[in-house]
Amino acid sequence: MRAYLPAYEMVVPRTLDDALALLREGAGAWQPFAGGTDLMVLLEAGRLEQRKFFSIRHLKELRGVEEVDGGVRVGALTTYTDVRRSELLSQHFPMLGQAARETGGIAIQNRGTVGGNIANASPAADTPPALLAYGAEVELVSAEGARRVPYADFHTGYKQTVMRADELIAAVRLSKPSEGARHFYRKVGTRRAQAISKVCFAALAEMEGDALREVRVALGSVAPVVLRCRRTEVSLRGRTPDDETLTAALEELGREVTPIDDVRSTARYRTRVAQNLLREFLSGLRGGGFGS
Amino acid sequence: MSESPGKISVPCDVNGEAVTLRAYPFARLLDVLREELKLTGTKEGCGEGECGACSVLLDGELVNSCLVPAAQVEGANIQTVEGVADGERLHAVQQAMLESGGAQCGICTPGMVLAAVNLLRHTPDPTEADIREGLAGNLCRCTGYMKIFDAVIHACKK
Repeated sequence: MRAYLPAYEMVVPRTLDDALALLREGAGAWQPFAGGTDLMVLLEAGRLEQRKFFSIRHLKELRGVEEVDGGVRVGALTTYTDVRRSELLSQHFPMLGQAARETGGIAIQNRGTVGGNIANASPAADTPPALLAYGAEVELVSAEGARRVPYADFHTGYKQTVMRADELIAAVRLSKPSEGARHFYRKVGTRRAQAISKVCFAALAEMEGDALREVRVALGSVAPVVLRCRRTEVSLRGRTPDDETLTAALEELGREVTPIDDVRSTARYRTRVAQNLLREFLSGLRGGGFGS
Repeated sequence: MSESPGKISVPCDVNGEAVTLRAYPFARLLDVLREELKLTGTKEGCGEGECGACSVLLDGELVNSCLVPAAQVEGANIQTVEGVADGERLHAVQQAMLESGGAQCGICTPGMVLAAVNLLRHTPDPTEADIREGLAGNLCRCTGYMKIFDAVIHACKK
């Protein structure tokens, strides 16, 4: 049932400092509201428990993509459309553009933000697997100052994160992968647009000759959090992706994911598809193709 | 409910006209357009950002008006389907929809028109893949889409 509108409040702080002051005021009393693509759905369903929000959408310092000391900083309010239009991201982090393109439709991409996708903490989100594969850091800001957290440590459980109640996500920081790095991103859903993923896979490999010098594998919709598959990575690191390595890695991945049956898919299907995608990624490395 | 925050005044521009909306902060732009301004061209389909029936242009960008709270449109430029035609002269997309049979029951049509207008603004000479992607957030239960795609192709030629 639709929410009772007079019970909900939204203020519009003029500056980031004003926003941070609201956050400090009583733990959790006020919550940020960016593009609204998740929160408005909860509101309409009568399931939006928080009542007091402040809009941050207009805070320009939290939006945009810029080059910073050897890497790239993506402001939390950068929309999927902004991501798709960014030359810098498409050149160095192509999986982010792919993820943005496969999130919702154009109207959702115009409103949804990178920071919102992280803060909402859905294990089925489309950008987070790519962020994990790129070894991203999350920049958090509060009235006390700023700190950075490896994104791989950010989600601690279903819809749980390391953020304090007075903190806001300011940006995501990414280090550029080497020139020859292989990027592989694939979302599997019922249709290309709008669908929430059944499985989402992102991986990055840096090769040295035929061997995987460095590899990062991440998956969405296969665990309570978006999952960096560290044990699978260990089974691959330093090895040539031959049949033996591939078989071992597929088995390891099968043990590492813990998917569930739900409205979108089944645990069995998700595990199988996750393994198929790992196989496709590794086969691409072997064939010398780019895999995607 | 004591201490209800009450309605707020939201000055903005709708189809080229300056208006001040009176709405609860979380009122959906969709409802404000339809109920307060009586601009009922914008339709509600799913109410959760999946179907595109409520599409409008907000500061020149396509959005689902069911997902936009009134408090976030202060100072914004909003264009609804009522503002697409130039007086009595239909927009090329609207004319092409008529000529190609791109509308049947009509519920999705206003959203389709705005998605197509938005597409052609950014991509004046779209490929079929561009058209499919540009309209992918808009669902239609009648046409099977082909005539809608035809309409967009014809609109480009005008």
